Amino acid sequence: MSIPPVLTLRGIRKAYPGVVALDGVDLTLQAGEVHVLLGENGAGKSTLMKVISGAVARDAGEILLDGAPVELRGPRHAQSLGLGIIYQEFNLIPHLSAGENIFLGREPRRAAGVIDQATLLDRAQQLLNNLGVAIDARTAVSRLSVAQQQMVEVAKALSLNARVLIMDEPTSALTEQEIRELFAAIERLKARGVALVYISHRMEELFAIGDRVTVLRDGRHVGTRLIRDTSLPELVRLMVGRDLKEQFPKQAAGAGDEALRVEGLSRAGLLHDVSFTLRRGEVVGIAGLMGSGRTELARAIFGADRLDAGKIFVRGHEQVIASPRAAIALGLGFLTEDRKHQGLVLGLSVQENTCLPSVSVFSRFGVMQPAREASATAQRIADLRIKTPGPHQRVFNLSGGNQQKVVLGKWLTTDADILIFDEPTRGIDVGAKVEIYQLINQLAARGAAILMISSELPEILGMSDRILVMQAGRLAAEFSAADATQEKILAAALGRAGLSAA
Amino acid sequence: MKPRELLTHYGRQFGTLAGLLVLCAVLWALTPHFLTVSNLLNVAQQTAINAVIAVGLTFVIISGGIDLSVGSIVAFAGVVMATLLQRAVPVPLAILAGLGFGFGCGLANGLLISFGRLPPFIATLGMMSMARGGGLLFTDGRPVSGFDEGFRWLATGELLHVPVPVVVMLAVYAIAHFVLRLTPFGRYLFAMGGNEEAAVLSGVPVRFHKTLVYGVCGLLSALASVLLTARLNSAQPIAGINYELDAIAATVIGGTSLMGGQGSVVGTLIGALIMGVLRNGLNLLGVSSFVQQVVIGAVIILAVLLDTAFKRPKR
Ligand SMILES: Nc1ncnc2c1ncn2[C@@H]1O[C@H](COP(=O)(O)OP(=O)(O)OP(=O)(O)O)[C@@H](O)[C@H]1O
Ligand SMILES: [Mg+2]
Repeated sequence: MSIPPVLTLRGIRKAYPGVVALDGVDLTLQAGEVHVLLGENGAGKSTLMKVISGAVARDAGEILLDGAPVELRGPRHAQSLGLGIIYQEFNLIPHLSAGENIFLGREPRRAAGVIDQATLLDRAQQLLNNLGVAIDARTAVSRLSVAQQQMVEVAKALSLNARVLIMDEPTSALTEQEIRELFAAIERLKARGVALVYISHRMEELFAIGDRVTVLRDGRHVGTRLIRDTSLPELVRLMVGRDLKEQFPKQAAGAGDEALRVEGLSRAGLLHDVSFTLRRGEVVGIAGLMGSGRTELARAIFGADRLDAGKIFVRGHEQVIASPRAAIALGLGFLTEDRKHQGLVLGLSVQENTCLPSVSVFSRFGVMQPAREASATAQRIADLRIKTPGPHQRVFNLSGGNQQKVVLGKWLTTDADILIFDEPTRGIDVGAKVEIYQLINQLAARGAAILMISSELPEILGMSDRILVMQAGRLAAEFSAADATQEKILAAALGRAGLSAA
Repeated sequence: MKPRELLTHYGRQFGTLAGLLVLCAVLWALTPHFLTVSNLLNVAQQTAINAVIAVGLTFVIISGGIDLSVGSIVAFAGVVMATLLQRAVPVPLAILAGLGFGFGCGLANGLLISFGRLPPFIATLGMMSMARGGGLLFTDGRPVSGFDEGFRWLATGELLHVPVPVVVMLAVYAIAHFVLRLTPFGRYLFAMGGNEEAAVLSGVPVRFHKTLVYGVCGLLSALASVLLTARLNSAQPIAGINYELDAIAATVIGGTSLMGGQGSVVGTLIGALIMGVLRNGLNLLGVSSFVQQVVIGAVIILAVLLDTAFKRPKR
């Protein structure tokens, strides 16, 4: 391309104790392109983006902005140069309005330093309108959906005249509809000449939105391609270093005895009369839109929330599950969808997190047995290929996908045989996904019963023996694996089909 | 653990220890008397009371809470025990009763916090006032003084030439370190303080341990009260005022985060020693107690400033 790139990175290196996160990475960003960054969990994508946004100082390498070397002194400095980033955890203040958040710290002033609220709202509204989103700048951020909050972040970046905008896994918590809106906004940003960096583990997205793709492996640059000249298998080979045979290696284990049965579960406003049975060896997928009550169902079964009505039978016996502790004692496990808030104690180590639900198993006469904890953790690190310098690394320092693997490891360590997985592969790379699916197969083959909540329909279709669809707190439909199609599930999730026969 | 991991885990404690050694070196240079065995034992003995209370506070702070009532519990448990002693209750029984009383006050805090869902600051602020008033009512505001030699031995006695209070302090720290590192209770404190929701969902009995940790803190306050009463040969209902501040200071100087989820008792011990050495050194130098307060406040701020500067994630 003849136009000089907006941003050029050359030979970027960054090491942490025990890990080389980036090792001589090159990257160029052109105005008006969507540049996809691809790589396995822990490959260094987020770290590279933090280098661009000034949040992380590189150990070596150069950064050129419009061809001239720059030294980034910190996030604010990077912002002032037009380098913006949207993290997965937003930095918005919930009780302020969208407009106030957009101009936080840079509020337009009247004489005497008073904030000019009218101008602020006008300009914020204009930014939001330009993005093509229907958000009132006066609405408090806490009342916006996740996708809308993301748009507020985008508007904020634009108000800073961002020329480079980085999105690190922006779609992992969005619905299909919201993803389409995000993509529309991205197209408009492209047209305005913004260079976008897009990180995602959802491979279908990059073909929908990307122009070029750069692949990282173990902190090294392994290739840059034009999206139209490449293919999924090629990219996967670059990422993982080998071919992936099958995305969904489903092996039906055959349903055995009843493991879990729920009857008439209800919780005011959230769950209405939900009943189903889960058998040993079975993987039952739960599909549904965000907010359809899937997580609420899981939490209620696990004793995390109170039930207003309904019965739970574990291995044929009715149980009152008053707390997660009671659920764990009955052999249940619950992988939560939000790893930062519900899944992990970020300040504790990989080992301490992995063993947390099993502390009583790993202690005798009130004393922990570190050797047993260590061996269980070593096993999980090996099985799940958790990328960490050691079991004592704080999980805070792991990459997103590797944190997710630790949450999974927690429940594999408990020997639970009734497992509820809520979005088990969120943030996990394509290669590791297949490994997790194989693990699910193994668990089922050993007689575990698995309830898998997922927003990724291919995953639901590819891995379930049976599929339940929830809509507005009710079970709207049930399909066998053979009958289910994406269309049928979607129709049921949207409430357009009555209770179709199984 | 490999050396590097040791360093990342205990690096903060090495820093505090270095601070303590520098302080000792400076005081030694200024006043040679500082580094005599008798003076050092004296420092250790004076530190013991604050150090024992600070263990309890460290536990509470790691669990994500705070306890403002420790000083008042020192006073209340002290007068209860002293009254029993004067009514000729056998020493061990009276001590046990005092410890049990402190434990009970702490449990009351814990129940208010875990089941009553009061913020720890509020619950223990209330207890601070109630236990203080309780002690005053119980004694009509008068000290309870004069005990027999057997009890006084707890302050004046020695085991292998080490004063008893120092032995008690070291034993408490050894046990506390073990509890924190190698028991489910210790592990749960870190988990609760780091992320309570994740802890609950991992099956940690959060309410039980939250109640218990305040009980333990009350118990340790009462233990400190035993040492104090023996030393003064008197239990005073106005004892222990501002002890919570000294204990919090020792804890944060030792690197325990007020946000919860992080910390160690080894650091707290060093923090308590820093406070003790500083007081002792300033006394030896003849610095007025007004100036001492200013210096101690400055040291607390400096320690935490250094801590945040080192802890700030490197870019
Ligand atoms: N602050 C840190 N301290 C220590 N190691 C770190 C730190 N931040 C990142 N790392 C390590 O650097 C490597 C790269 O991490 P990074 O977050 O960039 O991965 P990623 O490509 O974004 O992965 P994912 O797809 O899982 O999000 C990982 O091995 C991670 O453990
Ligand atoms: Mg990442």
